Amino acid sequence: MLLVVEQFLNGLQLGITLFLMSAGLTLVFGIMQVINLAHGSFYMIGAYVCATVTAATGSFLLGLLAALPAAALCGMVVEFIVLRRLYKREHLDQVLATFGLIMFFNELTRIIWGRQPLYLDVPVWLSGSVELLPGLIYPVYRLAVICVGLGVALLLWLMFAKTRLGMQIRAGASNRDMVAALGVNIKLLYTLVFGIGTLLAGLAGSMAGPILAVESGMGESILILTFVVIVIGGIGSIRGAVAGALLVGLVDTLGRAFLPTLFRLAFDSATADAAAASLASMAIYILMAAILVWKPKGLFPAHS
Amino acid sequence: MKKIVMTAFFLLITTQLCAAEPVKIGMITTLSTKAGYLGEDIRDGFTLAIALEEGRLGGIPVELMVEDDGRKPEKGKQIAERYIKKDKAKILTGIVFSNVAMAVVPKVVREGTVYLSTNAAPSKLAGKGCNPNYFSVSYQNDNLDEVVGQYVTEAGHKSVYLIAPNYPAGKDHLAGFKRYYKGEIKGEVYTKLGQSDYAAEIAALRAAKPEAVFFFLPGGMGINFLKQYAQAGLNKEIPVYGPAFSFDERILKAVGPAAMGVKNGSQWTHDLDNPANVQFVKAYQEAYGRMPTLYAAQGYDTARLIGSALKAVNGELGDLSLFKAALKKADFESVRGNFSFGSNQHPVQDVYIREVIKTEGGYTNKTVKKVFMDHVDAYASECTM
Repeated sequence: MLLVVEQFLNGLQLGITLFLMSAGLTLVFGIMQVINLAHGSFYMIGAYVCATVTAATGSFLLGLLAALPAAALCGMVVEFIVLRRLYKREHLDQVLATFGLIMFFNELTRIIWGRQPLYLDVPVWLSGSVELLPGLIYPVYRLAVICVGLGVALLLWLMFAKTRLGMQIRAGASNRDMVAALGVNIKLLYTLVFGIGTLLAGLAGSMAGPILAVESGMGESILILTFVVIVIGGIGSIRGAVAGALLVGLVDTLGRAFLPTLFRLAFDSATADAAAASLASMAIYILMAAILVWKPKGLFPAHS
Repeated sequence: MKKIVMTAFFLLITTQLCAAEPVKIGMITTLSTKAGYLGEDIRDGFTLAIALEEGRLGGIPVELMVEDDGRKPEKGKQIAERYIKKDKAKILTGIVFSNVAMAVVPKVVREGTVYLSTNAAPSKLAGKGCNPNYFSVSYQNDNLDEVVGQYVTEAGHKSVYLIAPNYPAGKDHLAGFKRYYKGEIKGEVYTKLGQSDYAAEIAALRAAKPEAVFFFLPGGMGINFLKQYAQAGLNKEIPVYGPAFSFDERILKAVGPAAMGVKNGSQWTHDLDNPANVQFVKAYQEAYGRMPTLYAAQGYDTARLIGSALKAVNGELGDLSLFKAALKKADFESVRGNFSFGSNQHPVQDVYIREVIKTEGGYTNKTVKKVFMDHVDAYASECTM
């Protein structure tokens, strides 16, 4: 039973990271109609900057504080230089261009930081584990990630529901020509939205840094999951991103954790392990297919 | 700077010796992608051996051609073809990954070119698929797992938990471990290739309460696993073991204290006490300013083995059978000490357990115990040559 709770927390933590990634991606996708494959690169940039600054200053917080503006700035520069030219083009052109950006950024990190993965550890004040329930020991850092993620979700909701900027973004999502006609600087708005998206990706990356290997190309593995999340949640919808991310995080983690045990009840151990491993890695895609059959536009479509 | 001087020196020598028609050696290796440091170290180890002889191997002038396969089997094939058809190279070497090796090696050796493996040595090429033109200078893939299996049994761990990625090499490596491990297997988990978060597996592992953990997770996967394992506080409760691939100096730098004290299996460590090794480690550090890894040692040994055979045939490659016979004698001072070829032309060598330690220069390994003496791989008997 305790194991179920622990795996549930693990799923939640993965879901939160995915949410930070997909919130930015879904905003860009929903509002600007741009497929940005390079979103994972900003995750990587966040992690690299955080690791470098942390190594130089010895403070993870400073690393985090440097990583966020760095990712946002990179995002806005990319929007200004590359994506602006792509808004009117077909999706295929956007995919090609942003795929090129992935390669560009991967190679750039190799040129700047070398092939050696960087070292970034959990800060001392977040290291160690706490006993949440008797017998349930959980790393403090992962709990912190969950809290930060929930906090960001709340902030995003406040921004969208309560602020003028949020209102403009929502309006821009439903009818950009009309918003522009009403005198809103839509170009600036787009750059800003892109910056917010990449900032969130940078946050996800720097928080993942102490858990994962900070290396060139680290963004791609999470990018695929992120796309699954926004397809499940409904493109362009923050609410969908929350639901999709938690669903994907939980299904993926619980599948990996419990399918082998379930299968062992039915088959011998070797067959069970092999079958469970294959099924666990397919689980989220099966989930995605099932949801698309039921709701072709995702759980909470933005333009329904 | 040293590197530039060395390269310039090198270029100078190669141009000077053009008249003497140097022996061409084609190296296909992985220099790009994040695994690129493996090929870099193999190349640097190999080049060092040539540089120490001032452009020669075994006294015979050689020309080393290096191309990046980008970890892609297709690309490896194209490069091999070019080396053989255009450059007329008779000796190829350098492949890092087994999937690239499986695409390149069988075809190349069938067509009469000699291939010497500096790293990848899949079981298919050691058993029924062995070939007189194929030599593995590194090991047979399973060796470094077998040694850990034997050591974990000897250490008295009654049960283990196994983790590897869900692809052929993952299964091979666990099979190697199980071949020598005699205790109970509490769980055998195959994760997605390239998986980054192991929280679910680590929680399941903690619940299974094994006495030890064995993992094969090359590259970034291993860094992730070791860091998360330590963060869960398990490294103090359940000892973790693995083959050398997750414990080279470059990976250790990224893992940091999470790898301290972990025991791993390898056929080479920089502290092996033999004259050839002492000389190699010193020269490598002087030339490149970093500690040599396992891969660098394999590249260096391969070059020196080629040198010994070139010397024996006086650089004459017209009749390759003489060259191959000379290679098979393995008449060179290996940095590993004992070294000879078995019937399937794979190494018969000692295999060690080593431990991760911290020194002034950073994290590295020290040899703990010689577990296998003159170890022969499991597939040698299937080879009919």
